[in-house]
Parts: sequence; C-alpha cells; structure tokens
Amino acid sequence: MLRKGILGRKIGMTQIFDEAGKAVPVTVIEAGPCYVVQKKTPERDGYAALQLGFEEVRERILNRPLRGQFSKQKVKPLRFLREIRVEPDELDQFEVGQEVKVDIFNSGDYVDVRGTSKGKGFAGGIKRHGFHRGPMKHGSKYHRRPGSLGAKGPARVFKGRKLPGRLGGENVSVLHLKVVKVDPARNLLMVQGAVPGPRRGLLLIRDSVR
Amino acid sequence: MDLLRTVEQDYLKKEIPPFRPGDTVRVHVKVIEGNRERTQVFEGIVIRRRGSGLNETFTVRRVSYGVGVERTFPVHSPRLDKIEVVRKGRVRRARLYYLRDRVGKAARIRERK
Repeated sequence: MLRKGILGRKIGMTQIFDEAGKAVPVTVIEAGPCYVVQKKTPERDGYAALQLGFEEVRERILNRPLRGQFSKQKVKPLRFLREIRVEPDELDQFEVGQEVKVDIFNSGDYVDVRGTSKGKGFAGGIKRHGFHRGPMKHGSKYHRRPGSLGAKGPARVFKGRKLPGRLGGENVSVLHLKVVKVDPARNLLMVQGAVPGPRRGLLLIRDSVR
Repeated sequence: MDLLRTVEQDYLKKEIPPFRPGDTVRVHVKVIEGNRERTQVFEGIVIRRRGSGLNETFTVRRVSYGVGVERTFPVHSPRLDKIEVVRKGRVRRARLYYLRDRVGKAARIRERK
C-alpha cells in the first residue's frame, strides 16, 4: 500500500466539537504544501525514498550546496528537507517538483506523527523515569534521590541503570492518531490528541503503520 | 497563535447573551434518551465563568430538593440549545464559591439594575 507523508509545523492545541456535540481535544498542524525535491532510487542510492521539502525561504539564507540542489531540480528553495521511505515500485507515481498537500489525508484516517520533544534539560529520576518520592516529613531527609543503585556483590553499577540525566529533545513518534478534520484551503490538519514538540516545531506526519 | 483562533472561529456560537457570575440563567440542554432527543432546562445561579474562546465554560448552581447541584457547560457547546438570562445579580467577586456554604436567605444575591 502506498504510504503517504507530509511535513508540517505544530500550531497548538484546542478543542472542537464533533457531530455528537462532544468536545474533542485536537492539535492543529499547519502541514504543507511540500514539494518532492529528490527521488532516491535503489540503483543510485541503494534504497527507495522521496525527499520532501517544506516551507519556502529566501534563497540567500541557504548555503551553496543546498542552493545548487534546488536550482538543479528547479524547485523553490525550502527550509526543511526530510526523506520518506517508499516501496521501489511506487517511485514512478511521484515526480520531482510535485506538490504534496494536506488533502492526501481525509478526516477519519489514522496517522503517525514524529517530532522532537521539548527539551527538559538535566532531569531527576522522578521526572525522567517515574521514580517514587521519599517521605517529605516525619524526619525524612530522603526526598527525590534515586535510591539504591544495585547489589553490592558485583562491585559496580550495571549499564542501563536508570539515573538522572538529560530528558527530552529527542525524536518521538506518536502512533495512531485520528485525523479529525482537514482544511485544504488553509493547509491545516487537526489530529486528536497531543503531538511531540513545542509550538512551531517541525513535524513529520505519515499514515499509520498500525 | 492567530491560526488557532481562526480554527476556533468556525465553532464559536454567534448569539450568546451577555451574562456573568451572579446572574440567574435558564440553560436549555439537549439530551439524548435512546434515540429520542429532547430539551431539558437547568436553571440556577452562575457561580463561575472561565476560559476563553472555544474553551470557555460556565458553572450553574441550583439547590434541588435540598441538595446543591452544580453543572458546568462549555459556552459554545452545540448541545446547548439556548441560554436565557432570567435575572441579573450584583456580586462583588468573580467566583461565587461562598454560595456553597450558604442556604436559604443567606444565599440571596442582590439584583443589578
């Protein structure tokens, strides 16, 4: 089956009412228009993929290699480039320069959304791994620390031990979100539920693998 | 942020009578019983109005058979048929939670002219 994908920016969350009058929490995404900038073929690149570009920019803010790529393919200069894997035999269905808009999705579809989560900095065990907290009162001085790091026999800490450290700012995929509404006129996509990243963050939306 | 507003615009109701905490309102709620739909009226004092845009809600309190009942409605819900302002009340704060501790005469609100 043909897998569809598009790039977009997160606008924010709100709620809308469905036909039954129920409030549905939605994330509004400004998706596309994207352009196919390059086709990766098994013969030349060893795999089949489409390179999609999103958001037009002034040419001068790009560096020379990128300018060259856009002028060679005769596509407008674009800020973001991302690849989408497709089946090799599906490549012919696309052309370089082809426009991809939100209308590839319909309301009722299910999509996966990928983005970079909000960075939380150096976070403790409670926030990062959901550890329990110690007592705050009754003479306890053990509040938010990680606890025992393991048995004493091995005389070392095993790799993978959950400890405080950097949290967030990583690639996160949210699978199987329902498309509530598509607005091709304004390039808007409304998806039920939350999506990774801050407002204005870049998102990759694909139809669901599930 | 502005785009978010325009999205909400399609769902906002046009005619909502101006009302504020302290007012007595009659809320016509559409309820679905099996496959029948009918309108139910809930009348009481608005004790809170919060949120903005499509997220705005208000809470109505009434005392029914000696039991205090509070219902919170989204202002723009399509399930609300109509909101009628029965009486305007003069109050000095935005959240009338103190009414919960009062019954009868003490829970009266002066009328606003």
